[in-house]
Parts: sequence; structure tokens; C-alpha cells
Amino acid sequence: MTFETSILSILTFLPLFGAAAILLVPGRDAASFNLVRWIALVTTLITFALSLVMWAAFDPGHAGFQFVVDSPWIGDSIGYRVGVDGISVLFVVLSALLMPIVVLSSWDSVEQRVKAYMVVFLVLETLMIGVFVTLDLAMFYVFFEGTLLPMFLIIGIWGGKRRIQASYKFFFYTFVGSVLMLLAMMAMFWNAGTSDIVRLLNHPFPPDMQVWLWLAFFASFAVKMPMWPFHRWLPEAHVEAPTAGSVILAAILLKLGGYGFLRFSLPMFPDASAQFANFVFVLSVCAIIITSLVALVQEDIKKLIAYSSVAHMGFVTMGIFAGNALGIQGAMFQMISHGLVSGALFLSVGVVYDRMHTRDIAAYGGLVERMPRYAFAFMIFTMANVGLPGTSGFVGEFLTMLGVFQVNTWVAFGAAFGVIFSAAYALWLYRRVIFGALTKESLKGILDLSFKEKVVLYPLIVMIIVFGFYPAPILDTTAGAVDALVAHYSSAVGLPAEPMVAVAH
Amino acid sequence: MIQAIVFLPLIGALVAGLLGRTLGHRNSEYLTTGVLLVSAVLSWIVFIPVAFGDGLVGAVVDEINHGAVLKIEVMRWVQVGDMDLRWILRVDTLTAVMLVVVTTVSSLVHVYSIGYMAEDPHRSRFFAYLSLFTFAMLMLVTADNFLQMFFGWEGVGLASYLLIGFWYTRPSANAAAIKAFVVNRVGDFGFALGIFAAFMVLGHIDFDGAFHAAPEAADATIRFLSWDFHAMTVVCLLLFMGAMGKSAQFLLHTWLPDAMEGPTPVSALIHAATMVTAGVFMVARLSPLFETSPAALMVVIAIGAITAFFAATVGLVQNDIKRVIAYSTCSQLGYMFVGLGVGAYSAGIFHLFTHAFFKALLFLGAGSVIHAMHHEQDMRNMGGLRTKIPVTYWLMMIGTLALTGVGIPGTNFGFAGFFSKDAIIESAYAYGGTLGSFAFWLLVIAALMTSFYSWRLVHLTFHGSPRDRLHGHSAHPDPAHAAVETHHEPIDDSNADDHGDHHGSAHENAHESPNVMLIPLYVLAAGAVLSGVVFYGMFFHDVEHIEHFFAGSIFVDHELIEAAHGVPLWVKLSATVAMLIGFVTAWYMYIRDPETPARLAERNPGLYKFLLNKWYFDELHDTIFVKPALWIGRAFWRGFDDWLIDGKITEGLGRRVQNVTSWVVRLQSGYLYHYAFAMLIGVAAILTWAITAGGLL
Repeated sequence: MTFETSILSILTFLPLFGAAAILLVPGRDAASFNLVRWIALVTTLITFALSLVMWAAFDPGHAGFQFVVDSPWIGDSIGYRVGVDGISVLFVVLSALLMPIVVLSSWDSVEQRVKAYMVVFLVLETLMIGVFVTLDLAMFYVFFEGTLLPMFLIIGIWGGKRRIQASYKFFFYTFVGSVLMLLAMMAMFWNAGTSDIVRLLNHPFPPDMQVWLWLAFFASFAVKMPMWPFHRWLPEAHVEAPTAGSVILAAILLKLGGYGFLRFSLPMFPDASAQFANFVFVLSVCAIIITSLVALVQEDIKKLIAYSSVAHMGFVTMGIFAGNALGIQGAMFQMISHGLVSGALFLSVGVVYDRMHTRDIAAYGGLVERMPRYAFAFMIFTMANVGLPGTSGFVGEFLTMLGVFQVNTWVAFGAAFGVIFSAAYALWLYRRVIFGALTKESLKGILDLSFKEKVVLYPLIVMIIVFGFYPAPILDTTAGAVDALVAHYSSAVGLPAEPMVAVAH
Repeated sequence: MIQAIVFLPLIGALVAGLLGRTLGHRNSEYLTTGVLLVSAVLSWIVFIPVAFGDGLVGAVVDEINHGAVLKIEVMRWVQVGDMDLRWILRVDTLTAVMLVVVTTVSSLVHVYSIGYMAEDPHRSRFFAYLSLFTFAMLMLVTADNFLQMFFGWEGVGLASYLLIGFWYTRPSANAAAIKAFVVNRVGDFGFALGIFAAFMVLGHIDFDGAFHAAPEAADATIRFLSWDFHAMTVVCLLLFMGAMGKSAQFLLHTWLPDAMEGPTPVSALIHAATMVTAGVFMVARLSPLFETSPAALMVVIAIGAITAFFAATVGLVQNDIKRVIAYSTCSQLGYMFVGLGVGAYSAGIFHLFTHAFFKALLFLGAGSVIHAMHHEQDMRNMGGLRTKIPVTYWLMMIGTLALTGVGIPGTNFGFAGFFSKDAIIESAYAYGGTLGSFAFWLLVIAALMTSFYSWRLVHLTFHGSPRDRLHGHSAHPDPAHAAVETHHEPIDDSNADDHGDHHGSAHENAHESPNVMLIPLYVLAAGAVLSGVVFYGMFFHDVEHIEHFFAGSIFVDHELIEAAHGVPLWVKLSATVAMLIGFVTAWYMYIRDPETPARLAERNPGLYKFLLNKWYFDELHDTIFVKPALWIGRAFWRGFDDWLIDGKITEGLGRRVQNVTSWVVRLQSGYLYHYAFAMLIGVAAILTWAITAGGLL
């Protein structure tokens, strides 16, 4: 076993060992709970460190899959196949990065069933990394669906008042979509005779069949993203989920949809993708405009951020189906950036929720008076959410819009309204929570960020700003794979009809 | 050196912002002000050879178009596909002018703020914001590509937002801050689309690449939305929308007067001298693009002229001293755009340059008045301050003389505004045609109104007898309460009659400002007197000189400038005559017969209200944009998401399933004969089906 062949398997299954270790801890007293927390933290930190090593060893110039393992497993067709390319590698790093952060953020806030909590999160990490590294269709389905269960438990056990309903709705929505995807996967297997994703990527599916396959995958990914109008489960799930659950949900699980579009829909069903591009554009622009307006009138902090997530995912789907390098690179960047920013925003909500136990915007106001450091951090995250240049939020939005403008100006025109509305709802939220006079009795004793909260939030501030000024580490990593994808896609579809700029002679 | 100019303010901002509490307020102030002064000195070192010597030191000279440009690469930014964007500091003459304007005014405002904000408990934060703003503005003016310009553009917007809302406990300040940011974003909506369109049409979004590609694209058409347009017109108009937002032009101007909620030094720096001129700078910087689209330039002229006129009419009747100056700024920005639009880019930039000095002087002077009056801003409660604060009075006089454009036509005697404003008015006349005369007359009438409202301000504030006695002034006999109120500059509202109650004794206790506030005013006053006459040659007087000075950084229209110099004598005199009429009218209405304004207002209540309420633009925007947006948001939230999707479809589906299962449950009655009966029916049904399908018979 060399580094090349073992690193991805280690990354995937290391968290499971951590979970097993936690199960072995005896006792239910404070000391053993502390031990559990430390095991979880150390496991996730090691995983994160290894993911960085893997990223450093990753060769961005090489467009294909790297660190590949391909060995037979169940029968002739289903194999243990893993590997990463420029599209998946950063999601592995992002997942590994956020896990220690959520473990730290739940350090004090979770006091019930600590053991089960940490086990569930570590299992979830395995499943998340697994879904990004697997190169086998069947395994992908298992991991993809598998992420549902831990999240279902996280919302259902550690959630808020209406957690049962929220968790069932979450499960119902995503599962209905996935069932259709499973059917499509079987059809693909019968048509291509393999479940190897690498071979499927080069298998030409007949155009008639592509349409049905595309729709079935779309049902699953559109719910996951979520795209408008399949988003209704998200605000409810976010509102009821504990802070750490919201962070993982927004930062990683939503990205499964975007990743799926890039891994399956676009390269495997290019004709259908081109055919349905306008359909996706319409839904994306609806997401950007309508959910931004809905966010404007929200009264619950988490709901507002959840709706803003839907709007930001609109940029992602729009960029992906623009089908050019600018759009797809932008969509990739937007997903990574949104992982950091939305994670940070939900963590910020968690900070005040832990103190006041309410998410009602009207219950706050004037926090800057007592919490200047918190106000500073929240300002950076707000600005990143607004897409201010100099934060990571800008690069993705800009690239996706630039990319889609080349394809369809109406879409770019519609999406650009997001620039206005995001400023309105984000600043309006900030003004109601942070600014104003501190008049509410209940807030007079509120404390500024604790040491642990600083450890959690400050690195996110640094990353959001660094990637805003110097996005090269992300863009360079994805460039090779995206260029190959774009070449593959445009050769399959044929070049676009007429150029939109005509030079008169 | 360029790096030092740009990044020193950033370092100041970071240190004061992040370590302000550790360093203490005093040290933060000195640090940020100190580095800004260094930055300003360095800017002049860059600028002086450009203006008076052999040109920009270290610049690469392009032999073909004599362009002299200095570029310093800082680091990579966004590289995707063919697009290669880097952080590059680009300096040419246009940038050098802006560097001088920005760093000079900014450093003076920093110094002034040490006095003005002396009692504020959040001073280090204030200075951090000021320096952050300066950094963003410098990034804007040194941009080498559209995206970096957009960075600076949004960066100054952020700083403006933070500074307008600096006194965050006041709802009006928060509202004004959000309004400023969001209205600017409406402009940025156009700016962003303009960048996308420029990339599609020109294939580049770095300036050099775009400028080279522009002549070839001059005839191209673009399919934008569903129609075919002249490509460069689309690009330029979209970009100009950004300029309209940032420079508070007609329709997107509503944020600027409200922005006066910020501390007065902020108004001077951001909302008079620098940030609001970013739109003017942008159009000048992109002059090679705008020159390919005459239609876009006509829009620039029209919008500029209308703004100059519109803002001046509103300025006539405002009572808040800062709002009068704010509308004046709006109006003067309109002048600049007319200058740009007619092709006299150098004249537009000239007015930007002189305006920065005298408008900053007026704002800081107004700040000194407000400071003296213990934070009274309503001019109806002032009057007779000439003897109380003589230094401020004379400085404000200089600012007023410069703004109204006092000078002797045909000679080189005149204040700064005299040279630059006349240059624009003459260029507008020289442009000719319907649009040219339209702009010319609107600008002349605006000049008359400028003179009127400026002198009205001076008369109401400094002349006559103190009016604050009319109000109950025993309410707060103790002037010490002013110390507390540093944190609460009074909110302007049009019916500000109760202000007197809080500041009853303001006039008697009025005091001259400390030297730390006056010295910046002296410097600006020198600029307001001299910047016109000294730089007239480079910006407008002589075409060869303009060409040499700007060295290819803006487009120079030889014919237009020659024509502007050759306009008839009455045109050259028109601005001065308008100025004199305005002066005499103001004197008559506020000194000779002070009852006139009230009489006029009474006789024309409709017009007076229309002007006082700023043509009802706020109400209009509220009705057209804000309320429908909120309504749609609520409709889609409660109606679509909650009622339809959740209530009817998702949970509705759940309920259907429950209904069906409950029926099924009811069938399971437990009686054997029920089941037997059901089985019998089933068997009968299957048999029937099998028989009719033809299988068994």
C-alpha cells in the first residue's frame, strides 16, 4: 500500500475508527463526555491534516482521476473504486475542514447524548468524504443516500421544537428524488454494462435515453441543491437543526447536488443537459430573485440565511449549465465559498442562539454595544454573503454571471438582480441584529465571543478574505478538470449556433 | 512609492481597526493621520513632475499614442480560461490627478477629525474606516482592469456604508447607510452587466486590451436580452449606470442627501470630494470606449444637465446646512458629466479637481459651524455668526466664492470654480445642436441657482441677527451637554422647530474651532483660490498643453476644445452674469427684505412643497420599488412556499396518503365474512377479466 493508493481510503474510513473509539468509552459522566469530545476533535483534525496533504500531492495539471484504486468487490461489476479529480478534491478538503469546526462549536452547546452525537457526526464525515471520492455508481448511491440517515438523526434528536416534522420532511423530499435516481442508475448499468464511473463518463448514452436519465438525476440533485421550487424543506430543516447540523447541511450536503450535476448530468448526458439548460436557467433565476425577496421579509435569522442559501445555489446551477469554463469554474468556486460563508453564518447564529435561545430577529438589536468582536466577524460574513469584492463570495458570483452572459443575456440580467437584493436582505438583517440601541433588558448582560468561538470563527474570516483576494489555489486546482469537462461537453453538444456579437462589415 | 501610497492607508486602517483598543484612541488617530500625510506627500511627489516637469517618473512611454503609463503588478487574482486578471497598480496622468485629490483631501480630513471627533468614544474605529475608505478609493483610481475598479468601487461603498451608519444607535443613520449601499448596488447592477458585455464584445476586461479592441468593435452589434443593439452603446450605458449610482445622478441620487447622517468629515471626504466623483473618473478613464458610442455620450450629457438643474432647484429651499451642500455636490457632479459627455474630458476632470478643494472646504466649514453651534444644523436657527466665528466665516466665504465661480471673465483672476465651471459651460455651448443648447441653458440656470443657494446659506448662517433666540433657550443652559451629543448629531427633519429647544443657547456659546480643525481649512482654502488659475493651462487652456499633460490617459477632442475657446462673448459672460443675478437675488431676499422667502412660499405652496420634498423621489421609489418588493416577498413566502408547496402539495400529499390508509384500515373490520366476501368479489373479478380477455374460452 503506497500513499497514492491508500490516502483516499484512509480519509474515508478514519472517522469511522474515531466513531468506534468513542463507542468504547465507558460511562456517562462529564469526564467521559470530555474524552468523547477530544476523540472526535483529534480524529477530525487528523482527517483534515491528511486531506491537506492529499490536496498538496494532487496534481492540478492532470485532468483525470488521481489516487485511483480499482479492485473487484461484489460480483464482476461493482468494485471498490475511489479517486479524485479537480472537481471532487476540494469538496473532500472542505468536508474535512468543517468537521473539526462543528465539533468545536458543539463542545459546550451539546450536553445531551454527547456520545451518540459525536458518533453520528463522524459517521456522517465518512459518508460525505465517501460520496466525493467514490468512482462506482452503486457505491455513490449508497454514500449519497447514506448521508440522509445521520442528518435525519441530527435534526430529529438534537433539533428544535418541530424537529420531528422537519426531519421527516427532509427525508421525504430527498428520498423521493433519490428513488428516481436509483432507477436511472439501474438503467445506466444495463445500458453500459458497468458501474464504473470512469467508464460511464466515456460511454455515449443514446440521446432519447439521456432525457429520461437526466430528468431522474435532476429530481434528486434539484431537491438536494435545493433549486426553486423544490426548496421548501430547507428553511424548515435549518430552523430545526442544531447549529452544527445546519453548518454541515448548508456547507456540504447542499453541494452534493452541484457535485452530482458536474459528475453525472453534464458529462454523461450532454445532449439532454444542453436541451434542458434553459429550463435550469429559468429555475435558477427564479431562485435568485424570488428567494432573495422572500429572504427580505423573514423574521427568523436562520430562515433568512436558509433562503439566501437557495438564492446562492441559483448562481451555482446557472453557472454549471452555462457549460463554459467561466461558468463552471465560477460554480465550483461559489460552492466552496458558500461552504465557508454559509457555515460561518450559521455558526454566528449559533453564537447568539446559545446565549439567548431564540432565533427571532426582533429579539435582538444593538449587539455591537456588548459584542464588538462578534459584530466584526458577522460583518465580514455578511459582506461575503452580499458578494463584496475582496471576499470569496464575489469571485463565484462574478464568474458564473460572466459565464452565463456569454450564453444567454436574459439569464445574466435576471441573476444580476441578486446583486441588489442580497445587499438589501443581508444589511437589513445586520442592522436589526447588530446595530441600533441596546435597549432590550435581556441583552444587557450578553457576552462577546469566547475563546472557543474565536477559534472557530477567526480562521473562517481569514479564509474568506484570502480567497477573495487570491482565489488562485481553488481556481488552479479545478482548472484542469473543468477544462476537460468543458471540452468534452462542447464536443458532444456541438458548438453553439450563432455568436451574439456580430461585427458589421 | 506607488505601493506605499496605496497600501499605507490600508496598514493604518488594519492597525487602528484591529488593535485600536490596545493602542488607545490617541495613538490610532496619530498613526492613521500620519501614514495618510506620508501618502499625500508621496502623491504630490508623483504628481509634480507630471504637471510641471517631464512627465510621470518611471512610466513606460508608448511611442504610438504617447501614452505614459506606470504599472506595478502586486499579485494574481482571477485566472479562468482566457481571462487573466491581476492586481496591478496603474498610474498615468489621470490617476496621478486622482491620487493627489484623494490623499490630500483624505489627510486633511483625518487631521480635522482629530478635533471634530475628539469626544467620540469610538474614535479609533472612525479613523480605521476613514483609512479603509482611502485605501479602497486608491485601489479604484489605480485600477488596471474593470474588476479591480469594481473592487475599489464596492470597497468605497462599504466604507461609505460603515461611515454613514457610524452612529449606529440612530435609526435614521442606519436607514441612510442601508439606502446608500442598496441604491449604489442598483448602479452596480448595471456596472456588472457592463463588465460582462465589455468582455463579450471586446474580449478583454483589462483596460489596455479593451481600449485596443474598442475601435474595431465600434460597428459591432450585440444581442442583448432579445434585441440587437449597437454593441458599444450597450456596454457604455450599462457602465454609466454604475457611474450614475456612485455619483448620485438623477434617478439614483436619493441616497446622497440622506448620507448626510454621517459625521461631517465623512461628508466632506466621501460625499463631496472623492467617492462621489468615482463615476466621473470612471467615464474619463473609459473615454476610449465612450468615444465609440455617440449615443451613450448623449445620454451622459442629458443626465448630467438634468441633474445639475434638478439638484440646484432642490438646494434652493433646504434648511439643513449640510443638505444644501449635498444637493450642491449632486448638481456640480452633473456639470462634470456634461463636460465629459460633450467630449471635453479634461474640463470634467478639471472641475472634479477644483470641486474637491472648495466643496471639502465648504463641508468642513459647515462642520466647524455645526461644532460651534453645538450640533445645530438647521440654518433657520442660526444667523449672525460672523462675529462669533470670524475665521470660519471667512473660510466659508472663500469656499462660496469658489463654488459660485467668481472671477473676471477674460482675465486670469478668479477663484477655482470660475475656471472649471466656465470651461464646462463653454464646451457645452461648443458641442452645439439641440442637446448642446439644452445642456448649456440648464447649466447656466443652475449656475444662477448655485449662486443663490450658496449666498442664501451664507446669509442665513452668518449674517443678520441670531434667530435661535426665538426658541425657548433656557431649556439647556449648560453647554456641557454638547459633549454628550457628539455621539448624536441631530437628525434633520424638515419640521425641525423643536431643535431650538435643545440648543437654545447655541449662539451665545458659539465658539471658534480649535486649530487642528482650522489648519486643514486653510490648506483647502488655498486650493479653492489657486487650483483654478494654476492648472487652467493643463486642463483646458491650450490643446497642446492638455495633450502633453494627460499623455494619452484620456481622450482629447481638439476640435471641441478649440471651438469652446471660440464661443461668442455673451456665452463666456453668461455664467458670470447668472452668478451675479443669483447673488443679488439672495441679497435682496435674505438681507434687504427677509420676509420675501416666506411670501414666495406662501404664494406658490405647490412649487415650494415640491422642491422641499425633493420632487417626491423618495416617495416615488418607495411606492414603485420597495413596497412591491416586500409584497412579492411575502406573497411567495406565505402564499407560494407555505400555502401551496407545503400545505397543499407536500403535507397535502401526506394527508391524502393518510386518508387512503384510513379507508383501508376501515375495511379491515376483523369480521371473517367481510374478508370472505372481499375474496369472493376478487375471484369473480379476476375470472371476469380472464374470460373477457379471451384467455380461458
